[in-house]
Amino acid sequence: MSTRTALPRWVDVVLLPLLNVVLAFLVGGLIVLAVGQNPLDAVGIMLFGAFGYGSGFGYTLYYTTDFVFAGLAVSLAYHAGLFNIGPEGQAYVAGLGVILVGLAVNGLHWALAFPLMMIAGALFGAFWAFIPGYLQAKRGSHIVITTILFNFIAASLMSFMITRILKPAGVNSDESAPLDAITRVPQLRLFFEIFKNSPVNITFFLALIALVAVYWLIWHTKFGFKMRALGNNPTAASYAGISNEKTIMITMAMAGVLAAMVAVNNVGGVQGRLILNFVNGAGFVGIAVAFMGRGHPVGVALSALLFGALYQGGQELAFSMPGITREMIVTIQALVILFTGAMGDMLRGPLVRLFSRSAVAGGA
Amino acid sequence: MQSLNQTSVQRPEKAAASPLAIELIGINKHFGPVHANRDIHLEVRRGTVHGIVGENGAGKSTLMSILYGFYKADSGEIRVDGVPHAITDSRHALALGIGMVHQHFMLVENFSVLENIVLGVEDSFLLGKTLNHARAQLRRLATDYGLEVDPDAVIENLSVGQQQRVEILKALYRGAETLILDEPTGVLTPAEADHLFRILRTLRDEGKTIILITHKLREIMAITDEVSVMRQGAMVRTLQTAATSPGELAELMVGRRVLLRVDKGPAHPGKVLLEVENLVVTDDFNIPRVKNVSFSVRAGEIVGIAGVAGNGQSELLESISGMRDQLSGEIRVDGKVLSLEGDDGAARARKAGLAHVPEDRLRMGLVSNFLEWENSILGYQDKYGRGLGLDIAAAKAEAKERIAKFDIRPPNAELKTANFSGGNQQKIVLAREMERDPDVLVVGQPTRGVDIGAIEFIHNQIIKMRDAGKAILLVSVELDEIRSLSDRILVLFDGQIVGEADPATADEGQLGLLMAGVSNADAANTAGGALLAEGQLERATMDDTTRDAVS
Repeated sequence: MSTRTALPRWVDVVLLPLLNVVLAFLVGGLIVLAVGQNPLDAVGIMLFGAFGYGSGFGYTLYYTTDFVFAGLAVSLAYHAGLFNIGPEGQAYVAGLGVILVGLAVNGLHWALAFPLMMIAGALFGAFWAFIPGYLQAKRGSHIVITTILFNFIAASLMSFMITRILKPAGVNSDESAPLDAITRVPQLRLFFEIFKNSPVNITFFLALIALVAVYWLIWHTKFGFKMRALGNNPTAASYAGISNEKTIMITMAMAGVLAAMVAVNNVGGVQGRLILNFVNGAGFVGIAVAFMGRGHPVGVALSALLFGALYQGGQELAFSMPGITREMIVTIQALVILFTGAMGDMLRGPLVRLFSRSAVAGGA
Repeated sequence: MQSLNQTSVQRPEKAAASPLAIELIGINKHFGPVHANRDIHLEVRRGTVHGIVGENGAGKSTLMSILYGFYKADSGEIRVDGVPHAITDSRHALALGIGMVHQHFMLVENFSVLENIVLGVEDSFLLGKTLNHARAQLRRLATDYGLEVDPDAVIENLSVGQQQRVEILKALYRGAETLILDEPTGVLTPAEADHLFRILRTLRDEGKTIILITHKLREIMAITDEVSVMRQGAMVRTLQTAATSPGELAELMVGRRVLLRVDKGPAHPGKVLLEVENLVVTDDFNIPRVKNVSFSVRAGEIVGIAGVAGNGQSELLESISGMRDQLSGEIRVDGKVLSLEGDDGAARARKAGLAHVPEDRLRMGLVSNFLEWENSILGYQDKYGRGLGLDIAAAKAEAKERIAKFDIRPPNAELKTANFSGGNQQKIVLAREMERDPDVLVVGQPTRGVDIGAIEFIHNQIIKMRDAGKAILLVSVELDEIRSLSDRILVLFDGQIVGEADPATADEGQLGLLMAGVSNADAANTAGGALLAEGQLERATMDDTTRDAVS
């Protein structure tokens, strides 16, 4: 514990993650070098692809939106000591809520349809996360196991719903009927021409609001206090008269609401229909985002942006550099996860030694 | 294994002249910015019991960990039998004949005594030979030192005192000439502690060297030949035990004069505020730990529950405070029955006017990752702010008031709780629970791991609460504490109240027998018998050693 507190806060929060990302890119650079490409060019292309022009930046923000919500869904639960592996399934099931309500009010102006679709998605996502929460609270079934299983159940359930029930007659691809343009969540290019043909939509602003709201919830509300007490020390929480069961169930339901917004972003804002496997791993990236961001909304925002840029810039890179395949992009993303998540504390020891030495030298 | 000078038994008065077993010279140790050991000099003579006392954080454990090879000193020298050694790890320390008995036993619960003793020193691939050798060794050690333990008993079936004997045997089997014991009596009954002291005396008389770390001055006076006092990482002084007094030692430890006795006036009991009736409580494995317990506590009195740890105290405290549902029976606070619905019973108990200082503050009473002000509202979080929001400003303001009132140091409400010392953490909990003006205060182990200076303060606060007309239930394994604070003593054994005593008249022997499960009526008859039996045992052991020595 003394080693945990030995580092100045800025080193812990800024320097350490930054060094980890740099390390990941150095190793990634070696791989790029190994296939005979110039790593510096590759970085240049990635950065330009992610931030250099309106459409690319729009895509970056679109991915970032997904990752913020999934990252918050993991972070929030983590503060209550719950490892929520299930944003993928929670978002997927939420898509059902979004499309059902969207189709029911199809033709309604988005200003009215958006809140309705949001609430419906939130309810479905909350329900899907609540069940593992309930099982954890009342039955002691481990949340990691149940949320993983619920991802699988969600996948099967949704395949069934999409292919057997929602698919209109005469359509070949596995998808629901589309929403009218007026009902869809509006994309930002309608207001800002610079985003051109990118899918970033007003759900992005919802993500910004969610970041602030989650921060407020965790550190400025009574419920957040209870949640953190439970997450840090369940026995002390029980001593403090906190109902651990209730807190677990409510927290999981809220995490499900956050994950559900991934569905609003995609089903409501991008595809305008429910397609098979639309979450496409965003829920799992959320786990990496949450850990890299250390569960803090500011960290989640930054790491979601990093992963958004990696996704968009990576696609640009695979497109522009023929020697670099899609798989290599995934490898680089995996390296970032490896260095910031799994080996995130690798450089802690050396840094602690460095800083304690300088502290002693400064004191002497 | 046999000591060389076995025939010439060392007597304490000769101790001063005997050669040095351990010398620590100019030991320094830093942990980050903390200077845990400052230029320590310590000389321990062979064939003596050497006590080391000091408050928590005085550096006793660090120093012993350096001697035992857990830590490496930043500077300084360790000499064993006059020869300098750089002890690298505990295996090295053992090879030099230094053994350690930890406060928390390092035994494999489901192994037998014999298996635990040879663990790590098996000298052949097949166990049989090692075990036979160990069995013979064990028999000799048992007769030499009065360390009787069944070699085939499984550890988890042994009492705590017996487990401790296994730890000592483990060290001796590995050839320890110097034994370090870290707070060895914390978990023992008075009788077990006496037995331990007899063993230690025998070991000393056989030429072994004992280093005893403790915070109980009574033990220092009872068993040590010399005593070293540490304060804030420095060695304050080493004294001949015969030439000092508990008062002097306490003063050296704290650096100022302390009152060892609690000053309190007579109790003026009022109406009954806490009633416990036919309470049965089970533990997490559904085993009954509290068995049909009934008692009541009146306004303005302190009822002390004495007992050896593990006799149902924890379950009793948890059920009264609403954390654990009882199987049957009733708890009433000021006449109102505490209900059992839901898993937030602690909140309802608080609402009924009951405050709880838990026996294990780090596991229960505090969230160590929380800031001081956050822990200062733990359990009362719903009182701060209307609606969803938490009124942080109000919480901090109150926390600061309590910091001033209870002299919590450092006076910083924004500091992480884990960075406070044990005594100050306890003050955070006490301040939180006492400042709510509860009707009933339930206190478990109020001074466990707390410095002498803070103990005085905490005891005075409890008395103050009593004099303000609160009903106080005190549960402690420290018999001295129970005796000096309580107005009535109940003894808990095996989940049952086996006796009641008046602290003014009860003597320690009688309480000790009750704590060991001998009920009041039997006590008079059995007491003499038990003592006689133990006397015989001791004589028998002595005979064995003399015989060995002669042959």
